[in-house]
Amino acid sequence: MKSTSIFAVAAATAAIAAFGVAPADAVAQQAIKIDGSSTVFPISEAVAEEFQIAKRGKVRVTVGISGTGGGFKKFCRGEIDIADASRPISKSEMDACAKAGIEYIELPVAYDALTVAVNPKNTWVDSITVAELKKMWEPAAQGKVKTWKDVNPKWPARPLELFGPGSDSGTFDYFTEATVGKSKSSRGDYTASEDDNVLVQGVESDANALAYFGYAYYAPNAAKMKALRVVNSKGQPVGPSPQGVLDGSYEPLSRPIFIYVSKASARRPEIKEFVEFYLLKGAPLVEEVKYVPLAQASYSRAVANFRSGKVGTAFGGKNEVGLTVEELLAREARF
Amino acid sequence: MAVVAEDPSLYAIRAGVLRRKLLDKAFVILGLLVLVAALAVLLALFLDLVVQGAPRLNWDFITSYASRKPEKAGILAAWVGTSLVMVVTACVAMPIGVAAAIYLEEYAPKNWFTAIIEINVTNLAGVPSIIYGLLALGLFVYKFNLGQSIAAAGLTLALLILPIVIVATREAVRAVPRSIREAAYALGATRWEVTAHHVLPYSMGGVLTGMIIGLSRAIGETAPIITIGALSFIAFLPSPPITGEFPFLSFAWLKDAFTAMPIQMFNWVSRPDPGFRINAAAAGAILLGMTLLMNGVAIWLRYRFRKKINW
Repeated sequence: MKSTSIFAVAAATAAIAAFGVAPADAVAQQAIKIDGSSTVFPISEAVAEEFQIAKRGKVRVTVGISGTGGGFKKFCRGEIDIADASRPISKSEMDACAKAGIEYIELPVAYDALTVAVNPKNTWVDSITVAELKKMWEPAAQGKVKTWKDVNPKWPARPLELFGPGSDSGTFDYFTEATVGKSKSSRGDYTASEDDNVLVQGVESDANALAYFGYAYYAPNAAKMKALRVVNSKGQPVGPSPQGVLDGSYEPLSRPIFIYVSKASARRPEIKEFVEFYLLKGAPLVEEVKYVPLAQASYSRAVANFRSGKVGTAFGGKNEVGLTVEELLAREARF
Repeated sequence: MAVVAEDPSLYAIRAGVLRRKLLDKAFVILGLLVLVAALAVLLALFLDLVVQGAPRLNWDFITSYASRKPEKAGILAAWVGTSLVMVVTACVAMPIGVAAAIYLEEYAPKNWFTAIIEINVTNLAGVPSIIYGLLALGLFVYKFNLGQSIAAAGLTLALLILPIVIVATREAVRAVPRSIREAAYALGATRWEVTAHHVLPYSMGGVLTGMIIGLSRAIGETAPIITIGALSFIAFLPSPPITGEFPFLSFAWLKDAFTAMPIQMFNWVSRPDPGFRINAAAAGAILLGMTLLMNGVAIWLRYRFRKKINW
């Protein structure tokens, strides 16, 4: 005990002495607690960082990663002020919040474009249809669709190596909903990883690979892989890009991501200030962490919704595909 | 020693001796090779981390908070969090672990009840750490209402290393010769005096070894502290343990939110920007350095304790 405690106390003391950070009145500190999706984390982290710099440390913001579901659990128990969510709140989470009397304001903060990527050596495919993605990923494909040729006879009879996120991920939920047509409905015989970098490496190293992940993982690695254009409902093949997401042509694989602010917390001035900072000053930060910011008008509309205290969700507990943020913000919210 | 009765020739005996000597040498070499291999792996790992993380291994890295920009991000909150959690862990695990071990070795009657306790303690050492995390989430975080705090994390890790400390301490206590105890009893010492004046000081080296192994395991644990809710982004330090006013000591930090080194690394490794991987490597090198430093202090203390023993 002596050894380690002496060391650690010394280390802690050294830290405090060295950096001169000794806020004696720590009790008076204002704190904002955020938790939830790892997809939204980089945005919340960036906003929290800038906000604390702007407030000169007067407000303490903490951001955790427990996944969208884990975040909502804490949120509906009243443990946190803001939940990061990569999908809308579900029916059971709505019920949990209602039971605990937690009212919330649903605010879209950015878009994510799910990217379908293949190895650069893949010469046979440049664009892909939703029907082909369904054929690849639906549960019925398990054990049957093993080569590229099985998906489309024009493609070679090379083995099809699929990489995708694990079933706990919001990305998985959305992709299956958008392609197969039912959330969480996917074949199981693919290489699954909760760490998207593993998927990126898979596509980089395997000429027969196909993977899907968030745009943020594609952007820094764009030189080492080929993003497929996805044929949208108008029949145009569109590649993942901020423009495609903003003008609505990259569908159905672009999705809004959200923060949920507790109504009770929103009454506190520091939370109010933080959320408005998030929505009004967040756009360049969103871009910096490789997500697609909403249109300026949408942010203004979201601020208006927040100020008027519009509680509830526009989704009614369902995960809908291909919804624009404008439609969403204008919708009647349900609680 | 086999007596070479069947073959009395000197030549055969010499050959036998030579063979056994060779075997002896061979074993020394084998042992050395295994040791070198083990150390080489550790060294290679450490060097790899240092080389990869070299661009970020500087003072700024240690004194900055996490950031969205990999070149600005640092580990201040993480290493302070880890250090404080280790303080709590050591302060809780050591007294309880040592007391439990002494009770089991010196006081407990040998019956079915202590047998069950012994089996359980040994089994607990093999329980996956995530189970401790889940237990702690229910018990410390919600039941005792400690929240996602340094105290909760320290207690969780203390539970985790308790079996290790108990087993190591028992071994050390058992290694104290019977004759020492008997000599003390013969001079009229009570059981407590024998334990406190003789058994415990003599076994201190072994106890510290157990602590080293336990804390080295605890410092790298990620699963249980993620379970109890350590944060990923935090840009302030816990309240300082030493204040400017009387009584100069404050324990408010025990209730503060925190993040820890393994969590910070885990977070960085899974980020899309490759720059964060350099940070993760640098943080890994520093975490290894922290472990070595911690162990170094304990080994030095153990050396001092051993020097005092003169039987």
